[in-house]
Amino acid sequence: MTIALSITKTIHDWLYSIMPETAAMYAEMVLIALVYLGIFAVAGLFLVLLERRVAAWFQLRIGPNRVGFQGLLQTMADAIKLLSKELTGTAKADKFLYNLAPYFVIISSLMALSVFPFTQEFQAFDINIGIFFLIAVSSIGVIGILLGGWSSNNKFAMIGAMRSGVQTISYELSIGLSLLTMVLITGSLQLSEIVEVQKSGWLIVQGHIPAIIAFMIYMIAGTAETNRAPFDMVEAESELGAGFHTEYSGMKFAYFFLAEFINMFIIAAIATTVFFGAWLSPFGITESIPVLGVFWFLLKALILVFLMMWFRWTFPRLRIDQLLTLEWKYLLPLNLANIVIMALLVWHNLTISF
Amino acid sequence: MTNQSLQELIGSWSPNLVFTEEGSQYLNVTVPVEELHDIMFKLKHNDQTSFDYLFCLTGVDWGEELGVVYHLESTDFRHSLVVKTQTAERENPVIASVYDIWATAEFHEREVFDFFGIEFTNHPNLKRIFLTDDWDGFPLRKDYEDNINMIIK
Amino acid sequence: METVTLNSNFKSEEYFINMGPQHPATHGVLRLLLTIDGEIIKKVEPDLGYIHRSIEKMCERDSYQQIVHLTDRMDYLSANINNEAVCLTVENALQLEIPERVKVIRTIIGELTRISSHCLWWGVMGMDVGALTTYFYGFRDRELLNDIFEETCGARLTMNYNVPGGLMFDIHPNFVKRVKDFITHFKTKLPEYDRLLTDNIIFQKRTKGVGILSKEDAISYGASGPVGRASGYSCDVRKHHPYSALDKVTFNEALRTEGDTYARYLVRIKEMWESLSIVEQLIDNIPEGEYRVATKAVIKLPKGEYFQKVETARGELGVYIISTGLKSPYRLKFRSPGFSNLSLLNHIAVGGKIGDLVATMATLDLVIPDIDR
Repeated sequence: MTIALSITKTIHDWLYSIMPETAAMYAEMVLIALVYLGIFAVAGLFLVLLERRVAAWFQLRIGPNRVGFQGLLQTMADAIKLLSKELTGTAKADKFLYNLAPYFVIISSLMALSVFPFTQEFQAFDINIGIFFLIAVSSIGVIGILLGGWSSNNKFAMIGAMRSGVQTISYELSIGLSLLTMVLITGSLQLSEIVEVQKSGWLIVQGHIPAIIAFMIYMIAGTAETNRAPFDMVEAESELGAGFHTEYSGMKFAYFFLAEFINMFIIAAIATTVFFGAWLSPFGITESIPVLGVFWFLLKALILVFLMMWFRWTFPRLRIDQLLTLEWKYLLPLNLANIVIMALLVWHNLTISF
Repeated sequence: MTNQSLQELIGSWSPNLVFTEEGSQYLNVTVPVEELHDIMFKLKHNDQTSFDYLFCLTGVDWGEELGVVYHLESTDFRHSLVVKTQTAERENPVIASVYDIWATAEFHEREVFDFFGIEFTNHPNLKRIFLTDDWDGFPLRKDYEDNINMIIK
Repeated sequence: METVTLNSNFKSEEYFINMGPQHPATHGVLRLLLTIDGEIIKKVEPDLGYIHRSIEKMCERDSYQQIVHLTDRMDYLSANINNEAVCLTVENALQLEIPERVKVIRTIIGELTRISSHCLWWGVMGMDVGALTTYFYGFRDRELLNDIFEETCGARLTMNYNVPGGLMFDIHPNFVKRVKDFITHFKTKLPEYDRLLTDNIIFQKRTKGVGILSKEDAISYGASGPVGRASGYSCDVRKHHPYSALDKVTFNEALRTEGDTYARYLVRIKEMWESLSIVEQLIDNIPEGEYRVATKAVIKLPKGEYFQKVETARGELGVYIISTGLKSPYRLKFRSPGFSNLSLLNHIAVGGKIGDLVATMATLDLVIPDIDR
């Protein structure tokens, strides 16, 4: 990390030398925000392309491979096309809320992205209530969906938004509780502390049985949280309407679309941090090169993203009432029982550690 | 049941029925329009005939009369029957609907109404099915003229 | 489902949604007018006629060879079987003696057409309930069959291989070998279909207990084909009124009693297995002989009425010809299986949810040109 440290250190010193202190502090924050916006945009572009190539692989075809090397510029091309589209809006839509709604989802995704420990020193915001902050911020995204559906002044969009809202709120419970199960082992909500604890074995190994159950519940709930198949009845193509973003077109539609992919990445990143040891290499093989932590983090997160894409292209869809039954009648009681088991495990020192 | 015994049994229900097997692979019975519904009801509910499967309902324009041909089959005994009926009133043809006996008749009778103009009494939803509601005329009749859409060789 | 009435002034609204004619789930140009109350469907009314081409009126003017060409535009997924139906009617009316070779080849091609149609149905079924990948797997296998058809019959979709009197050309020398390779290949694919959809718990939850049709209703609504067989109604025309070489082969009729969407699904999967078995029994022993019997250039059926039933992939297709001895029929009526199957949609969809309607329609396997003719 010495290379990066010196870059940040040099920029930090340079800024402080040319401006008074408060101005330099603000300038630094703006720079960091811009860097994260860049990460957000590039990650979004890359994930969309990855989804299309993975889908094509499952469907025995090739996928976009013409625009740029192996199709890397495909999403850029699509984004440029979307920019040039006419921004339609319904006549009686509430203009202010209609325009505001996409920004809620983008802002909540960005805020969540800022707390991840990509590697030892690469973490924008390391507060002591890390996990709590993450869950709270993801809940803000629901507001964007509900606002978008309601302000479109469209019967079907509103129904779609309601369904989506109810789905998201229900599955947040499961996400929170399964993450809570892992916090019982670490004893701390701070993300860098969680990674420290995992230096003696990844949490999913430390917690063995309840941790594996928690992970499975987390993956199911995470997929439902982002409205992805098999839980995408809300925006399914063969159903009626297109869900809450029926009335959005052009760049605003692109915001919702991009935010969905970033949310998927965030779910995978949380799982990586809490269950699989964030930037720690397996068996500590590259401990001496801290900068490779980014590589390990991304590898683990992308494997989980691939798993979520695999779900999407294999399974049929659940009906909306089956979705909610799954959460309230099956996942929630299972989760609660799992917490009790984990608590017993930690109390009697039955966790595995190396 | 063989065609002979079918003929005897059904013939006993009404004296106005005409049976023939000529020019067809099934037993044909021609029923006057007024008695159609009664005979059809008996054909389905009688234990020995038990014609519960109506597999084809066809409208025919016989030249001077408009008629309907019903192909019936029994799923228990696997015998078949053809029932024909016709009416000479081309301006206002009315035939009883058999929707209450076989539910499949609902769509088929709408089709006959659409193409021939035959009205079926007691039909739940008698309106055109294929053509638009404001279409003029009944295309499958022999005297239908349409200079734009029909190509006569 | 219980309805809760809060007070007399509070009534839930029923509103009216239009599904189609362009909609991914209606498999063609079908418009459904749905009256729904929240998520529950109160009434389904189909609006037909978007692809009505007045085939029956055209048949009153065309010669019998030309009529055969019109039939495969009706239910284009069972094109060969439709052609066979009209050819059989004409041949029975003229009392022609058809060579054994022709009968066996017609049966083989008919069964291959049935498999091809069910492959497409399976792909679309998965796509409708949300498993988008199945579409590609179904088409992959259908492409192999299309290639076989192209080599022998000359076309991939509207084959027109059957003519009154026999076949248009003899089979290609590669035909037998390619069909045998296909059978070996497909026998490894059908278990894959099972693993992907049939045994999937989500799929079972979406389709079990949905859209139940009782046996009496099936008979009363004129349901035939897999729709009828899933309700316990034994309606396979190949068993009860066999034609071509079907009386020489042994196969089981796929019957189930539950009558729900899952039963209809299983019946079609079983039918694919049975069709494979029929083709296997016939492919090695195609008798030698003529591939066509000469008929007059202008075919005139003797005066009378003729009816022929065949089993297409959708159900029972009936061809009813009233002839007055001229070169065109006086009246020709196609009894289409989809028309009767569609009439029971209102009966089985009412009371269910919209998601259930999509799953049910996928198993009814409607092809709209077959209904609209």
